[in-house]
Amino acid sequence: MTALAALIRRDIRIALRAGGGAMIGVLFFLSVVVVMPFALGPDLALLKRIGPAILWLGAMLASLLTLDRLFTADLDDGSLDLIVMSRTPLELSCAAKALAHWLAAGVPLIVATPIIGILLNLDAAATFAVALTLLVGTPALTFTGMIGAALAVTLRRGGLLLAVVVLPLSIPVLIFGVAASNAAIEGPVSFGTPFSILCAMALISLVVGPFAAAASLRQGLD
Amino acid sequence: MSLIDLANPTRFLALTQRVLPWLAVATAILLAIGLYQSAMAPDDYQQGATVKIMFIHVPNAWLSMFVWGVMSVAALGTLVWRHPLADVAAKAAAPIGAAFTFLALVTGSLWGRPMWGTYWEWDARLTSVLILFLMYLGIMALWRAVEDPSRAARAAAILTLVGAINIPIIKFSVDWWNTLHQGASVIRAGGPTMDRAFLIPLLVMAVAFSLLFLTLHLAAMRNEVLRRRVRTLQMLQATKQAA
Repeated sequence: MTALAALIRRDIRIALRAGGGAMIGVLFFLSVVVVMPFALGPDLALLKRIGPAILWLGAMLASLLTLDRLFTADLDDGSLDLIVMSRTPLELSCAAKALAHWLAAGVPLIVATPIIGILLNLDAAATFAVALTLLVGTPALTFTGMIGAALAVTLRRGGLLLAVVVLPLSIPVLIFGVAASNAAIEGPVSFGTPFSILCAMALISLVVGPFAAAASLRQGLD
Repeated sequence: MSLIDLANPTRFLALTQRVLPWLAVATAILLAIGLYQSAMAPDDYQQGATVKIMFIHVPNAWLSMFVWGVMSVAALGTLVWRHPLADVAAKAAAPIGAAFTFLALVTGSLWGRPMWGTYWEWDARLTSVLILFLMYLGIMALWRAVEDPSRAARAAAILTLVGAINIPIIKFSVDWWNTLHQGASVIRAGGPTMDRAFLIPLLVMAVAFSLLFLTLHLAAMRNEVLRRRVRTLQMLQATKQAA
């Protein structure tokens, strides 16, 4: 088994164990979405109209919270030093870790979307649209957030700094994700336009994220 | 004395000590000329005298983007060429750029109220400049989060280069989206569409603000170099006391 595949397997296993980040992200997603109607009032028509936005906000906040775990657990037990020093290019290792993180923490969010969409009075078409945009958007959020996670890894209480740094970079993904969802449900704009831009952002983050994260890890750990 | 000698912090301090007063005087003179020309400019046929906010708003906006460009070049200097003063330049520029961005947002908001009827609108130009402001604050937070300045320098350099993607987005946001903010009238293909009576004061103010940035930046860089010397001396004294 190649080193990268082993790294992905290891990360997924750790995330799925107790204390890992997998299910806590979904729970936070559920909590955020449940709290919204209490603040907005139970008007079902209103919830249906802003449902995609609430789902996207919940998913973005949930992925932001679990990003902290991407590197800190490895830093604490020393394996991050081994990963940085190994022969595998650090950029690929970062990409592998982000992929594993997305599989363990991002995919459950997408799977939970149809169930949580019922709470917001969303019909099947709307939920499918949101889930599709999340399928493309959560990798973008993970790979962009990886940059902030790598920058904040060596700081002791870097959690809030991570959020401050990652949030401006995640805003475009949020804008186009919600635009694509709304375009699929209603509206004169076709779904393809904002969705293609969302896909473009995801692809760019797949390339830029690992390079920036690797550079940050190298300067942070020496 | 060649350009490379500037990389020596002591030489840099000596040179800027001689140059800074002249720069300050030049800035003051140009600002005075620009403000006089702005006051003397005619009223707009639609906006009346309110158009004169433009002479403050637009240079601030131009400089908010230009300063991020300066920080990006400094970031390359840190990461690629390991220039000794590059990280000093980057750290000194961030608060100044944040101030320009904040002033651009505030003056634009004050201009928007009589012109558009609203202090704020979530269109592409205003949103992307707000994101730029948040990124400036994030960079400043990152600088203060790491104790050692040279390590903080590399982290901030990476974040600066990642955030540089926002600058072309801001510039072209009025072309790519339907925005309430008007389209480009000066830096555009086909040349400026602004009348000379407004364009000249605007360009004079832009040069004046650029000189203001240069003056403030060099002064801030001097302060940062001196601050690091104080820190080194404090650390030396602490180790001496411990021994």
